[in-house]
Amino acid sequence: MPFVYNFPFFSIFLAMLAGIITPFLKNGKMAQRVSFVMIALVGAMSGILLFSLMQDGGASYTYMMGHFPAPWGNELRAGPLEALMALAFSLVMLLCLCGGLKDIFEDILPEKQKFYFIMINLLFSSLLALVYTNDVFTAYVFIEINTIAACAIVMAKDSGETIVATLRYLIMSLLGSGLFLIGIILLYGITGHLLMSDIQNQVVQLASTGRYAMPLTVVVGLIALGLSIKSALFPFHSWLPGAHGSATTASSSILSGLVLKGYIILLIKLFYRVFTIEVIRELHVNNILFFFGLAGMIAGSLRAMKETHIKRMVAYSSVAQIGYIYMGIGMGTGLGVVAACFHILAHAFTKPMLFATAGALSATRGHKKEFHDLKGSAYDNKLAGVGFTVGALSMVGMPLLAGFVSKLYFAMGSLDEPGRMWWTLLVLAASSVLNALYYIPAVIAIWTPVKKGADAPVQKVRPGLAFVFSVVLFLIANFALGVGFAPVIRVIESGLSLL
Amino acid sequence: MNKINSASHTLWGRLSAWVEGDPLPREKKAAAPAPSAPREKKPPVKKMRRFIAFYRVMAVVFCVVIIGVLMATVNALPLFGRADNPASNEVVQRYVESGLEETGAVNIVAGMILDYRAFDTFGESSVLFLAVTSVMILLLRDKNNTDREEDLRTARELIVENKSEDVILQRIAVILVPCILLYGIYVILNGHLSPGGGFSGGAIAGAGLILYASSFGMIRLHRFFSQKTFTAVTTSCLLVYACSKGYSFFTGANHLPTGIPLGTPGAILSSGLILPLDICVGLIVTCTMYGFYAMFTKGEI
Repeated sequence: MPFVYNFPFFSIFLAMLAGIITPFLKNGKMAQRVSFVMIALVGAMSGILLFSLMQDGGASYTYMMGHFPAPWGNELRAGPLEALMALAFSLVMLLCLCGGLKDIFEDILPEKQKFYFIMINLLFSSLLALVYTNDVFTAYVFIEINTIAACAIVMAKDSGETIVATLRYLIMSLLGSGLFLIGIILLYGITGHLLMSDIQNQVVQLASTGRYAMPLTVVVGLIALGLSIKSALFPFHSWLPGAHGSATTASSSILSGLVLKGYIILLIKLFYRVFTIEVIRELHVNNILFFFGLAGMIAGSLRAMKETHIKRMVAYSSVAQIGYIYMGIGMGTGLGVVAACFHILAHAFTKPMLFATAGALSATRGHKKEFHDLKGSAYDNKLAGVGFTVGALSMVGMPLLAGFVSKLYFAMGSLDEPGRMWWTLLVLAASSVLNALYYIPAVIAIWTPVKKGADAPVQKVRPGLAFVFSVVLFLIANFALGVGFAPVIRVIESGLSLL
Repeated sequence: MNKINSASHTLWGRLSAWVEGDPLPREKKAAAPAPSAPREKKPPVKKMRRFIAFYRVMAVVFCVVIIGVLMATVNALPLFGRADNPASNEVVQRYVESGLEETGAVNIVAGMILDYRAFDTFGESSVLFLAVTSVMILLLRDKNNTDREEDLRTARELIVENKSEDVILQRIAVILVPCILLYGIYVILNGHLSPGGGFSGGAIAGAGLILYASSFGMIRLHRFFSQKTFTAVTTSCLLVYACSKGYSFFTGANHLPTGIPLGTPGAILSSGLILPLDICVGLIVTCTMYGFYAMFTKGEI
């Protein structure tokens, strides 16, 4: 076995170790440095792993966690898709933290900053584990870690608003975990396995013989329901705007850019590696997800139009974007899921930028977040203004930017299926118009000059080095995904074909 | 003024106001004069009531449907304990037949959770660590979540705690606490030999600590168990777990020998890493149990 194949294990363990040693560190500043070094190392390892896997012409392998082979011990699995996601997650994590660094140290009390970085490190380890795991119970354990850590980073700001938001988030999120747990318990009952590939063999047999057909349907339903509650698919999105809108900037970025995506990746893996896409299509689960995806695309955008609070608007836009991803999964075709995976990346590189720049813009107006207070704020922090504008245009679907490519692929994916084509294209068109209807006014508002000496306290903010680094890299990533999307799509395609 | 007001009524005026980020509802209120105010007061209440009633009905319907579906599913599941169940397959067979030989643990459950599937257990221990840390973020005393009144109340409670000792509780605690702690330690140390292990033993020992703290007060406990000890114990236990198991995972995946002897099954020093891991998990659980109690009652450890 090449040494590179150890990297998924190293990544997960490094992240957990960084979380565990953080209480020994002196203060929040040290903890932040340790986190940064760890995330950068994990990113580098994922990059090397991806490169070497693609050099082998798209290979995948399983990794034994311990001395016992798979159905007895735990197992990890890595392929191009997993390595790509790990690479993207580490990059986005680093940039999210950089973008909101100033707010972390302002919003969180000094004695509690260390705890915040413990949560960040363990959250990151759980995301990596959700990407790499090949065992449904391991997935559940890391979902638990993810849930607690995600709630804690919302709560860390410690204002009345965040406590209420955390409570709602916690209740919904635990409901999702509970349903997922019941799902895997029933699945174990009817297949006798926890390892993904072994369950798949059993599920294929069960589906062909028709034994335990009813429990199997319920299992697929419970798992899909649990994960869609946790990833805020449309009718279950009510917790999202509060949690994402009130948390500190870095937390909002991480929650929308990464935490939602971890569950979606797990759902894709479960659909492909556990239930197989044929069974999913037979049970029409994909149709249900498709429908709610479409509904979310419209409903999220409509709700975002009513919002005058910048962060809540961006949060409602996440609901719509999650709708896009579920629409892609729901198409049930190869191209649809490729588009969904690409949109996961596109959204992960765009939404955190929007949150980070929104935070920076509101910092120029004494942390007010209503649009009429933010008028002209882009002139006081030009980089943030440019970042917000580009992010908004990318979400609207402007060519050259990441959001355009995913819309293009969604549209192309729908062409294979005449039954879904009209729905997809109609809703895509409607949702693009709606996206423009709330993002463009926001952009116009921040670029509308105001007379100096108005009642609002105007504060010129010199963007810090970390913020500049984060926004510039986000911008580069957005253009890179929008122009050089071909290699990324190739990696996703080869990764999905190996699942 | 009149002009602006009428402009805001036209479609274009409303649109441009919206584009510029001005709040629309405020204008509406300003435009609509007083007469609508008394009328406005009633409908929301009625609407709210109707919504709550609807919500309750839907909640009940939803729960009944879920319960029905799950009951029907349970009915369709394989019966418990039958030989031809899907769950009695080669996985369980190997655990039962060669668990003792491969892990050296007489208690097969300990072998499963701390050797075969030790990665999951590492995750679970981290969940405990994470849970306590989140509670500390929320409840650890700081300037955001305490005020003068609460400080005064705590000081009063402290005086009461020191002055009026509860003799009955203390006498019984003196007898019980050592027994509970010893029993907890016994369960932890014999995790690989008999039913029990880190999780159950830790819960017992944690209960002992809680009893001590509630009968003698936190100050007496702080003599040997302060926040520093708490952090040191939890993190070093997790660190030991991570390092030893990381070593074992790495060697296992690369097919290298570990050089950790399994010992003779049944002896107290046997079964390789299981005993130290059990001790680590036990200490983590003890600290977590006590940590929750201390955080929720006093806001400090």
